[in-house]
Parts: sequence; structure tokens; C-alpha cells
Amino acid sequence: MLATGVLGAADDPWIRWDWISGHVPVIRAALAQHVELTLIAVAIGLIIALPLGVVGWRERILRGPIFSVTGILYTIPSLALFSILVPFTGLTTLTAEIGLVSYTLLILIRNVVVGLDAVPEDVREAARGMGYRPFRQAVGIEVPLALPAIIAGLRIATVTTIGLVTVTFVIGKGGLGSLIYDGLIRDFKTPLVVGTTLSVALAVFADLTLAGIQRVITPWARSRAGT
Amino acid sequence: MSLFEQVARWFADGSHWQGDFGIPNRLLEHVELSGASILAAAIIALPIGIGLGHLRRGGIVAINVANVGRAVPSFALLVIAFELVGLGWPPAFIALVALGIPPMVTNSYIGMGEVDADIREAARGMGMRERAVLFRVELPIALPFVMAGIRTSAVNVVATATLAALVGWGGLGRFIIDGFSQRDDAQKIAGGLLVAILSILVEVSLTGLQRLSVPKGLRMRESVDTTLSKVPAAELSAA
Repeated sequence: MLATGVLGAADDPWIRWDWISGHVPVIRAALAQHVELTLIAVAIGLIIALPLGVVGWRERILRGPIFSVTGILYTIPSLALFSILVPFTGLTTLTAEIGLVSYTLLILIRNVVVGLDAVPEDVREAARGMGYRPFRQAVGIEVPLALPAIIAGLRIATVTTIGLVTVTFVIGKGGLGSLIYDGLIRDFKTPLVVGTTLSVALAVFADLTLAGIQRVITPWARSRAGT
Repeated sequence: MSLFEQVARWFADGSHWQGDFGIPNRLLEHVELSGASILAAAIIALPIGIGLGHLRRGGIVAINVANVGRAVPSFALLVIAFELVGLGWPPAFIALVALGIPPMVTNSYIGMGEVDADIREAARGMGMRERAVLFRVELPIALPFVMAGIRTSAVNVVATATLAALVGWGGLGRFIIDGFSQRDDAQKIAGGLLVAILSILVEVSLTGLQRLSVPKGLRMRESVDTTLSKVPAAELSAA
């Protein structure tokens, strides 16, 4: 797994359109795998992060351990995590997703807690006064009001995951990263440029889409600055 | 022999601890490359972030540069640098500097923005010159944010330096990449553990440094709550 050299790199143009037109199915498959790996990771990350965020927000004692564990997962480089996991879970989608989900958790849980912190105390009082029990209050009142922060976290987590998916080339996946890796081992710029461009475009598209969803489902937050 | 024993045996093997291919030299390569990259990134990024923050200009650029940085995969940056300058440490250095700059610009800009206009006015009213306002008033207040940016960059750089083995440089990533290409599970796990431990050490020590950087007068403030600032302030601001 070492690039072979730079001989001849000078006459290799950054884009060879004939390569692209001949490899549309390959590019499409890489893009589809990239989207799939990202969607699964962010969806599972959210399913884990929502309850943990609510619990971490309600029980201050648990907040420290939750942030420590997810903080460590966030700090371990993806390549290191994959190389530790592969002997146990193999060159599989499971290995890729364990790594990718791990990185979303800190971002998502942190934003759930920040969002819940921002729910005004009188709203909680009112809900309690109307007879809401803790579970219904969390699901029906607090989480919806925390949505702007949660979606902001989702945007960061999604964009980060799209970048990280490229590293799964090492376990034979990679999505668009497989094109970038192809560019490296063959010292051939076109797949590198295609993989990079599509990856950045996908990140921007996902970010803007989530921003749009946020505007639609949290109309009350529109007047606020920032997001 | 179980995998655990194989890993233990790998670490116990004396030949893995000496020479150019040994753990000490790989660690040194990793730390040297990361350290030089972080230093170069700081020399470029901090004057920009702090300068823009002091002048209260260019906020959109300073804040969004971290978002743009996040959208470009670091693996892609590395391979692009390889295509530009060839094999060895130069492509890794270029990619890591490019990776390190955005969080430092954004966080130092945000830190300067944390300084109340009243405080700046008061400092000027006391007859402080611009330079004194910057170095004696604004920078101490912004320092925890500047440190948060340096920490975020450093952790990213140390993590991504692992990929440098792909473009013919050493570092601890060598064990991982070789472990994969030689189908050597013990080497894979050992390399992964070494990289993970180094990354956590960097994160923990820089978090400690960041806490120490909070000026005494500001120690009680909510905004420097370090449980929540594990992820950089720039990202908190997105909430």
C-alpha cells in the first residue's frame, strides 16, 4: 500500500474526460456507497444520541461519564480504530459503521444537551402544570424545542461523516474514497479529482438540505441569528 | 495462540523497539511531522484569526473557514499534495498544515469576539495604546479559545499524520498500513493502539493546558465550561 512513484506524473492532466465518461457506473457505485455509509452512520448515531443526550441532561451525574466515553471515541483516529476492529469484525460494513457512528456521538449528544439547556424554564413549568409526565414532556415538549441545536449537530455530524467515509478505503469500502485511493496507487489524477469534488459537493448538498429541513420544521427559530 | 497473546508478543519482541523501523523511531517521526505542521499552521492561522478578531472584520470568512475545512476529506488533501510534490514528508506536511489552519483561525476569531466592547473601550479610556489593548486585554481573555483551536488542530493533525505512511513517510501509521498490506493482525492492532494512545495523550494534555490558560479572573465563567467545550467553540457556535 505504497504509492509507486511520481514518474510520468507531469504529463498526467488533472482531468481526463474520457476516463470519466468510460467509468460512469464505477463513479455512481462509489457515490451510492458513500451516501449509504453516511446515512446509516448518522441515523444510528442519532438513535443512540437522543436518549443518551436526554439522560445526560436530566442526570448531571451521568453527564461526565457520557462525555468522557464519547470524547475518547471521538479522539481515536478512524484509521487506528479500523485497524483494531478488523481482526475481530473483518472487512465489513459493520466495521466501517462502528467507526463512523463512534465519531457522530460526541457531536450529536453535545448538541442535544446544549439544545435542552436552552429550553426556557417557564415552558417546562407550564408543561408540568398541564400534567405532562417526564417521558411525554421530553418527547413532546423539550426535544422539539431543542430541535434547532439538534439539527445543527446533525449538520456537523453529517459533514464530518462524509469526510471520514473516505478513510474506509482501508477496509475495502471507501465510497468516493475508493476513487481517491485509486488515484494514489496508480498515480493518476482524474479519479482523485472526481472523488474529492463529489465528496465536497455531497457534504455541501447534505449541509444545505439539513439547513432547509431545519427552516421548515422549526419556523419559530427563524428570527434567531446564527443557524 | 489468541490474538491477545499475539499482540502481547508483538510488543515484547525486542526487534520492534530498535532501529529505523522500531516503535521509538516511528513515534519520533510521527511527533516531528505533527509538531512541525502544527507550528507552521499556528504561525499562519493565529495572526489571521486574532488580527481579524481585533479589527472586527471578515467574520463570515473566519467563521466559515472551519466548515469548509470539515467538508474537504483530509485523505483527499493528502493525495492532492502527493500529486503536487511527490513522495515523502513534504506532501504530508503540506496536507497537515492545510488541515491545521481552519480551526485555529475560527476559534481565535471567536475568542476575540468574546471580549466585550465595554472592556475594550475601558482599556482605551485608561489611555492604553492599541498594542496594549490587544496584548494585555484582548488576548488574555481570548486565550482559552485560541488554545481550544490549537487543541482541535493538534488532535486532527496527529490523527491524520497516520495517513502519511501512504505517501512513503514513516510515523506510527506505518504499522497500520503494513499490518493491512501484510495481513498481519497483531501488527494492525499494535499500530492502532499506539496511534490511539498518542492521540488521547495529546488531547488530554492540551485540554489541561487549555484549562490553565483561562485567566484567574474568568475562572468562574460559564462560557469556559470544559465538559461541553470538548468539541471546539466554533462548533458550539453552530448551535
